[in-house]
Amino acid sequence: MTKLKANKPSKIDELKAMTPKDRKRAIGDLLMNNAMFIIIAIAVVGIYIAEPTFLSLPSIVNIINLTAAKLPIALGVGGCIILAGTDISAGRVVGLSACIAAGLQLTTNKLFPGLQVMPVPVAILAVLAVGACVGFVNGFFMAKFKLHPFIVTLSTQLIVYGIILIFMQLGTNSGQTLSGMSEGYRNFVTGELFKVGNTTVPRYVLYSAIIAVVVWVIWNKTTFGKNMYAVGSNEDAANVSGVNVTKTIIMVFILAGMLYGLTGFMDAARIASVNANTGLNYESDAIAACVIGGISFVGGIGKVSGAIIGVLLLQVIFVGLNYLSVDPNLLYIVKGMIILVACSIDMRKYLVRK
Amino acid sequence: MEKNQESVLLRMEGIVKEFPGVKALDGVNLTVRAGTVHALMGENGAGKSTLMKCLFGVYKKDAGKIFLNGQEVNFKNSKEALENGVAMVHQELNQALKRNVMDNMWLGRFPMVAKGIPLTSEKKMYDATMEVFDQLGIKVNPRTVMSTMPVSQRQMVEIAKAVSYNSKIIVFDEPTSSLTEVEVEHLFRIINMLRDRGCGIIYISHKMEEILRISDDITIMRDGQWIATKPAKDLTMDEIIRLMVGRELTNRYPHKDNVVGEELLRVEGLTAMYSHIRDVSFTARKGEVLGIAGLDASGRTEVLENIFGVATRKSGKIFLNGKQVRNRNAKESINNGFALLTEERRANGIFGILNIRENTVISSLKSYLNGPLLSNKKMSDATEWSIEAMHIKTPSQYTQIRSLSGGNQQKVILGRWLKTEPTVLLLDEPTRGIDVGAKYEIYQLILNLAKQGKTVIMVSSEMPELLGVCDRILVMSGGRLAGEVDARNTSQEEIMTLAAKFA
Repeated sequence: MTKLKANKPSKIDELKAMTPKDRKRAIGDLLMNNAMFIIIAIAVVGIYIAEPTFLSLPSIVNIINLTAAKLPIALGVGGCIILAGTDISAGRVVGLSACIAAGLQLTTNKLFPGLQVMPVPVAILAVLAVGACVGFVNGFFMAKFKLHPFIVTLSTQLIVYGIILIFMQLGTNSGQTLSGMSEGYRNFVTGELFKVGNTTVPRYVLYSAIIAVVVWVIWNKTTFGKNMYAVGSNEDAANVSGVNVTKTIIMVFILAGMLYGLTGFMDAARIASVNANTGLNYESDAIAACVIGGISFVGGIGKVSGAIIGVLLLQVIFVGLNYLSVDPNLLYIVKGMIILVACSIDMRKYLVRK
Repeated sequence: MEKNQESVLLRMEGIVKEFPGVKALDGVNLTVRAGTVHALMGENGAGKSTLMKCLFGVYKKDAGKIFLNGQEVNFKNSKEALENGVAMVHQELNQALKRNVMDNMWLGRFPMVAKGIPLTSEKKMYDATMEVFDQLGIKVNPRTVMSTMPVSQRQMVEIAKAVSYNSKIIVFDEPTSSLTEVEVEHLFRIINMLRDRGCGIIYISHKMEEILRISDDITIMRDGQWIATKPAKDLTMDEIIRLMVGRELTNRYPHKDNVVGEELLRVEGLTAMYSHIRDVSFTARKGEVLGIAGLDASGRTEVLENIFGVATRKSGKIFLNGKQVRNRNAKESINNGFALLTEERRANGIFGILNIRENTVISSLKSYLNGPLLSNKKMSDATEWSIEAMHIKTPSQYTQIRSLSGGNQQKVILGRWLKTEPTVLLLDEPTRGIDVGAKYEIYQLILNLAKQGKTVIMVSSEMPELLGVCDRILVMSGGRLAGEVDARNTSQEEIMTLAAKFA
């Protein structure tokens, strides 16, 4: 058997072979297509010059910790985007999971008076189950009734928020913030993994890394994962090739829901206090991260590494703006602009030109 | 090969398929023997693809029987056909373009690492792909992403996929339209190899020379009917063409009494930025109906789109009445007096859920203003005029356009364009999907427009229609202008020869 190498001519050879006019356009395209990274690189350099501690060891470890905390939700949303969909219920599912995880781990439990602190695995199973349920509802309505992902997840977002509010009213809690979770649980999530210099790297960084590896295997090494990419790339082609499109869509959203559940589980312990607004707007960060990392809304395109890079770059920006003591309200404007610019650059790549 | 003569692989008998108002297939027969290449020929719209869609279960046939290896079959979808050894290499490639070659090859049946382990095996996939590619002499890296490959290579992957199912019957639908000469030779070697293995090949193509070279049997269809099945060695190119087009042209077209005047439109060196249109130059006169003929994908539609400014020009100039016009977008073109009736009526012609009035006034809203607001009366009057002038059959102008027949929808859109008071009408397949009676009325309208001194440029796949309505006909081939013929002194044979020039 002959082994073949992709003998792609290098970019530079390609450019040399072009007419000046075409070359100018090709270079312009190249700059445009990587504009997001260029902007971020300039921003990092700028922040570093203004505030050199931004790139000190504790600051970098902090950025990595934040990235780890936000990664699972981004991977979940990423799968939905690869299907050419989206999921705006993600943040609320994180919130519900956080409430439930906290509710099972309170030392003095007002939600369920008299309930003992549950073993940590019970909390994990509970958030996985809750996430999977919401994910199933999302996927089911999308696949069976061909509803637009936006509409379905908008609805479930509202429903889940209602459930959160009711949950917080249970027992004698009457909507108060949940805090005072068991040491075991807090330690399981935020305990020391190892130290870098004087800075602690918490355990959840390891968990997040494990989740990333598992998701990578699912996306790249299983039939389900390959079907997900195929459905996102060309649903008709997948269908005629015998792929069960309905099942694939439902499973992608179940997986996403479980990842939101795990995000909530980690967040409750990480922040140590949970209220009804925990998780609010998390999906917008997750979607922004995916788009920056090259998970495209045209469907069928995206990698786990892209999601990681996206989350990382987004955290770099947020932490950097903090270092510059930028008004936190401005952060929202920056986020919105990032999503807009990233999506525009991305769509530009896939435009069919006439 | 004497024993192969006996073994019939596929037999389709008396296949009938009706669409509302059209009998697309009327008792068609097709018999494919093992170890032969069977060419299926006919003009655009003769029913070749409809027949294949009935075989693959894309359409449900209304009557007739299909036998595979002597057993009656009724495939519900192409997946079922594939599993029974009937595969098709589609003209329009249906592939997951963002995925790589081997992912596409094994989609829906990925090989696993081992039984019971839910992990797909890249290695098995790679090896199996290479095995098929080595057999077929295809030199493509299985890890290449589909969208980065030229169409010809994607076509080869599609062929390899069909072969990998161990298919007994393989349908090739216009397989060479995107292949270079060297690649065509390669394809023919593959086909010959499959034939030697005892496969039955159904080969659909417009290219006579290829057909006569590769096929053993030829079946010719016309207007949804089976015309003849003969051994290829008993047929000549002329005979095939005669069988394909042999119909009479009496009274299907109105009397032509338009008078051709001086030059109105001149197009020079039209070259497209993103499609294959290269260096197209022609002129059109006042009161003239100018036809554009060509095979599918020869660039007919793209020429109209480039003139109208909905596709980007790389170079080329357009002159109207001797003055250059830029036509950079549809709005500018409309203001310059151009109108474009699009090919895909449902996709970009009608606004289905809107009513006839809204569909009529959309391109000329400015003329119905009363101060800053639109006048209902002016819009109603305009629509009433259109309904009368176009002979549109509709309960009222408030009827949703999608509830009208194709012919009436087309008349509404023609009416829409007339309200923009165009001088040049670009009509892309104006009679596609319209029944014969309505076609006559559309021809009548076209000739009336010409008589009013307008220039009509009309693209059509139906050659008799071009011969019956046009004054001159441009023939496109492979994105270039292959020639120009006088509609009165030409033949379908001459046009077909030109159409194949750069194809």
